This record gives sequence, C-alpha cells and structure tokens, in this order.
Amino acid sequence: MADHSLNLKDLTISLGDQVLFHLNAEIKAGEVLTVMGPSGSGKSTLLNAISGFLSPRFTCQGQIMLDGEDITHKDPSARHVGLMFQEPLLFPHMSVEENLLFALPRGGSKQERCEKVREKLRAVRLEELGARDPLTLSGGQQSRIALMRVLLSNPKALLLDEPFSSLDVDLRSRVRQFVFTQARENQLPVLMVTHDQADAEAANGPIINLLNHK
Amino acid sequence: MTMINRALNFLFWAAPALVILLLMGPLLAGLLGVGAPALGYFPALGGVELTVDYLHKALHVPGFWHSVHLSIWIGLATTLISFVIVIGFFAAFWDAPLFGKITRFVSPLMSVPHAAAAFGFAFLFAPSGWLIRLLSPWATGFDRPPDWLIINDPLGYALLAGLVLKEIPFLFLMSLSAASQINVDQRLKLARSLGYGRIWAWITVVMPALYRQIRLPIFAVIAFSSSVVDVALILGPNLPPSLPVQILRWMNDPDIEMRFVAAAGAVFQLGATLFALLVWRFLEIVCSYLMRQMQAKGMRHQNDGAVRALFSLAMLTIVLISLASLIILGIWSLAGYWRFPEALPRTLGLNRWMDNASYLWGPTLNAVNIGVAATLISVGLTLICLENECRHNIRLTQKALRLIYLPLIVPQIAFISGISILLVRYGLDGSFWPVTLMHVVFVFPYTYLALEASFHDLDPRYMQTATALGKSQNRIFFHIKLPMLLRPILTALALGFTISVAQYIPTLLIGAGRVPTITTEAVALASGGDRRLIGIYALVQTLLPAIGFVLALALPKLLYPNKIYFAKQQER
Repeated sequence: MADHSLNLKDLTISLGDQVLFHLNAEIKAGEVLTVMGPSGSGKSTLLNAISGFLSPRFTCQGQIMLDGEDITHKDPSARHVGLMFQEPLLFPHMSVEENLLFALPRGGSKQERCEKVREKLRAVRLEELGARDPLTLSGGQQSRIALMRVLLSNPKALLLDEPFSSLDVDLRSRVRQFVFTQARENQLPVLMVTHDQADAEAANGPIINLLNHK
Repeated sequence: MTMINRALNFLFWAAPALVILLLMGPLLAGLLGVGAPALGYFPALGGVELTVDYLHKALHVPGFWHSVHLSIWIGLATTLISFVIVIGFFAAFWDAPLFGKITRFVSPLMSVPHAAAAFGFAFLFAPSGWLIRLLSPWATGFDRPPDWLIINDPLGYALLAGLVLKEIPFLFLMSLSAASQINVDQRLKLARSLGYGRIWAWITVVMPALYRQIRLPIFAVIAFSSSVVDVALILGPNLPPSLPVQILRWMNDPDIEMRFVAAAGAVFQLGATLFALLVWRFLEIVCSYLMRQMQAKGMRHQNDGAVRALFSLAMLTIVLISLASLIILGIWSLAGYWRFPEALPRTLGLNRWMDNASYLWGPTLNAVNIGVAATLISVGLTLICLENECRHNIRLTQKALRLIYLPLIVPQIAFISGISILLVRYGLDGSFWPVTLMHVVFVFPYTYLALEASFHDLDPRYMQTATALGKSQNRIFFHIKLPMLLRPILTALALGFTISVAQYIPTLLIGAGRVPTITTEAVALASGGDRRLIGIYALVQTLLPAIGFVLALALPKLLYPNKIYFAKQQER
C-alpha cells in the first residue's frame, strides 16, 4: 500500500479582507490531525477547501498537497479525498450493497464487483447488512457502512466532519475506535474536525485550534 | 462515454437560453402576429397599409364596451372573491383540525379541468338543474323548469361563480406551498401571545410574507379569468359575450377581413387585462396603507368567532358545490329517462358510454399524447435548468421568476391568436408538435414552480459525498438526484399533465380544429345541450388527470418496494 500524506502549505483562507486562518500542517499516513475551534472559526471552510467544495465567496491561497500532488484547484471528483459527515448520509434509495457498489471505482464484471463489496463487509463482520434498506440500520451500523463506502472508493486521505456527534456516548467510543483502526490499516492521513475533547484524545495525534492560526 | 458526457454538459449549459427561447419566442411572435394585423398590416391576407380602421371597427361593434367591461369585471371579481375566501379560511383555521380535512378535499379539486367544473356547475344550478329538481315540487311548487336565466346570464354571475369554484383550489394550494416556506407557526405564536385574535394575528404577521409569495399566482388568476374562453362559452353571457369569446367569434368568421378585427380585439384584450392588473395593484397599495394604519393603532380583534364561522361556511359551500358538480356529471353520463322534477333518473345505464366509445377514443388519445409529450419536455427542461442553477450556484430571483410566469399573465387568447395567424401563414397549423410546444409554454411554469423548492432543498452533503467518492456531476444527477427526487418529479409530471389536458384555447387555435382533444370536444358540446353526452366527455376529461395523480402516488412504491425513504415521504 502506498504511503499517503496530506500536506497543507501556507494555506490561507479569507473572506473579503478578513483572514479566517493561516495554516501549515503535514499529516502522515495513519496519523489523525484534530482541528478544533468554536463555530465560525472556519472548521467547515477548511474541510470544504480540502475536499473542493469551497464557496467562491472565499479566497484560498497556498497549497494543498496530496501524495505530493497539488490538488488546491482540482475538480472535487478527481481529488480522492474521502468525506464523512456527522450523519452517515447513506443514499436512501439504494440498498446497503448498492451504496457500496456505487462507491467502488469502475471496472470488473458485476459479479467481481459484488464479491469485492461482500469481502469488505465480511472483513468487518457486517456481511448480513448487505441487502438491507439503509434506513433500517442502527446509527452505529450506518456510520460503519458509511466508512466502508468511503474506503471502497480508494481515497488517499480521509476528512471527518464531526463524524461521531450524532451517536450516543456508548456507541461513540466504539465507532470512533473502528474508524481510527480502519484508517490506520489503510494507511490514510486523517483530518478530523470536532467539538468533543474525547474525540481529540482518542485520535492520539496532534491537535490544533483554528483560533490560534489567525 | 466522454462524448455523452460532453453532450450532457452542453445541454446543461444551454438549457436556460433554450427555455427563454421556448417561453418568450411564442409570446413575442404572438404579440407581433396580433399587433401587425390589428394595424392592418398582414400581406398574406391583403393588408399592406398601416391603418387604425380595424381598431375603430372593433370599437363600433354593438356591445363592444359591454364585452370589455365584462372581462375586466369578471377578472377582478373572481380574483377578489377567491383570494378573500382562501386567505380568510387560512387565517381562521390554520392549525385547526378542519384545515387538514378541507385540504384533503381541495387538493384533488385542483386537478378538475375548468370546462368539466363549469359543466358540473351548470348541471347543478340551471333552472332544470339538480338543485331545483331536488327542491321540486315539494318546496318550490315547480312541475316545469322555471323560466329563469341563471346560466349564461347577461351580467356574467354564473361565469363568475364557475371561475371562483376553480380558482379557490388553485390559490389554496399556492398559498399552502408558500406557507411551507415561511415559518407560519412561529409568527402566529408570537402575535397570539401579544393578545391578537386568531384571524387578525394571521393577517398582520403571516399575510404580508405570504402575499409576496403568491402575488404572481394571483396575477395569473386575474389574467386567466379576464380572458377565459372555455368557461365563458359554457357559463358566460351570449349577447354580447365577454371580450375573449367575441374575439374567438371574429376569428371564426368566414369573412377574412374579420381576422383583422379579431387582432384588433386581441389588442383591446391585452389592454383590458392590463387595466385589471393595474386596478389590483391600486387595491394592493390602498390595502397595505389601511393595514399599517390599523396595526399602528394596536387593534387586537379578539372576538372573531362570527367571521370564522362565515369563512368555514364559505369554504364548505365551495367544496360541497364542487363535489356535487362532479357527482351530477357522473349521474348525467349514466342517466336514462329523467323527467323534471324527479330527483334521480328512472334508469341508469352504460349505453351512452358504449355508443360513444369510438368517438371518445381519438380525442382522448390526442389529449394523452399531447399531455405526456408536453409534460415530459417541461419536466425535463425544468430539471436541466435546476441542475444548471445548482452547478453555477445561482437561484432565480423574483424578477427572473416573473419572466417564467409571463406566459401565464399575458392573456392566452391575445397572443395565441397571433401565433395561429403566423402558423396558418406558413402552413404549420393543425399538427401535433406545434400544439405540444404551445402546451409546454403553459406547463413549464408550473413544473418549474413545483420542483424548484424540492430540488434546492435536497441535502447538498449527499452530492458532496458522491463527488468525494469520485463521481462526475452528470452521474450524480442521474444516480443520486433524480431517484431521490422521484416523488416530487412524479407529482410535477402529474401536475403538468393536468395543466396540459385542461388547455382549450392553445389546442383549438394552434390545432386549427384538426387536433381535437377531449377538452376541445367537450367545450364544443356546450351549445348542443345533450347533457348525457356532455357528462361523458366532462367525466373523461376529469378522469385523465386523476389517473395521472394516482400513478404519481403509486409508482415510487412499485419502483422501489420496501424503501422507507419513499414511504416516509408519502406520510407527509
């Protein structure tokens, strides 16, 4: 597996004349960088900039390097940056398996593709969920499937936008452990935005507060 | 693959221009086709000199001013009465149980074509109609129909009532969808806690925001009812008729010169509708001034029990009359021997249906073909335009919306008569595609308005998720957006089909009588007075849109069985 890395070089995002933040960071494969800060400090703007959904109202200077390649102005669908939101957002008109097949890159016969998806589900012992309607799954199951969906698309980095805050406390730590383990096994650099101190501690990596990067 | 993608991208890019061309092209061509002959210029018919003779000629037709006056009066009165009843009912019963019950009845009524509703109304209230039959002879003493001019009365009260019956469901649904976009409950709670009475609270804090949203539909109602032809042929006055009917008569006059007079009449129709719109604008200004005065005085109007009772009575009456109209259409279509004043026919049977099945088939098929084609084009264009807005991160402003609404605010008879003159000139009249494209002009505004909110309300993170998974915008459009919007898309299709089936003037004039649909055939029966036959045609006309809505409800379940997502949407 390739050694992925996500590198933010002199990344400056501003709205009009006002600089939201100025950031330098390097995230190595398997490492989790936690970004904290009060609402309005630009956390989601940072995620939007990296994933390519930055609203044209903002200006973005500096470079976002993924595996040594500059993706700052690349089309979002060609960036290979996996996204997970607070809600799992499984496509409600598809079954669990169809959600996963949708994420799998093109190629292979239908049978091979289905086998790949099932293998992935088996590896995390969720194979019995394949045929289900995503809305019948529990919150924890939906989150896990959402992560599997991201991983199946072969991302080079993972962005987490408050990914655990819709889960209750019990489930939270288990899903969290699951996500971090998977990211480490897949050697992905992870950038996580969160409010929750416990999330930050569990990530076991560097923590930055955007307020200190004005 | 990339070729297809490129073609799609081009389509998305070109869509807005295409729509503007499709909506504005006919409108401008039509106005030109009316304006030039009105001033005497139309070489194909021998008019090569500019002259105001035809305008004069129209003016001096006996009863002309009466016709103009009728149009303006009917347009304004219909709108005012419908508006007051709808808004009054909303104010009095929002969040009361009655509101939900009435909504369930009113929504399907919107899909009843104007002509069918007008026939039902006539069957109910004519001197030999159901109402007098039910009351005779025990209450009225009549054993023959009284010699009263109720339907086709010279002042147009029957026309007015028939239009109100149809415009109330329309404004009701428009207000309902507008209300869902402003937080009514919160506003009401605030005003009520300050001691405002139910109705007054609604009128002071909800209505100003709501009114802004339904203003264009209201203008459409003014324009429609001041220039309506089909309902006027069924219920309206005859000597003289309202202006739009007069124009149609001139157009059908064998004397070719009357074509120029008809064009002149169309110009006056534009003026009449514009005048009605200006009067409404003036009323708006006066009302908002009075409202501000009353609000500043801090009136609370807490005792509104009597007014509430009045509005519930008005709304219930409207719903009951509408339902009774449909029932009487059904009874007449099955009626055997039915002597006045018996309350019901002595025999019921399907013989007339059987006898006419072969005549019904052609016009029904035409209506379905035109309706399906026009609706698919409209919904397709709507989706492409909305996707285009999404990609470029724009939302149409109220001003741009006005452009889309324009074909609904310019009187149909005025500009379509112009288009038909041009089409005749180039030999393009009387075939399927011109009629269908003409329908698109009137269907598109509705499909656009029906889909706009749901399209923009779709959680953008679904699309971001799919993009991050490496999917192209075109793929997301087809695999995520369209299926997730299946239910609103089907509803828009059913709505568009309803609008298309009910079109009379576009079908008649562009089709030049050679593309008969169930609607043009039904209206043509109006002068004949064969109630059984009319009942059959009007009922078929009503059933077509109803079938569309049933399909729209059933299809998601058939296409996606056991998907909670679609089941949940149905509950709402």
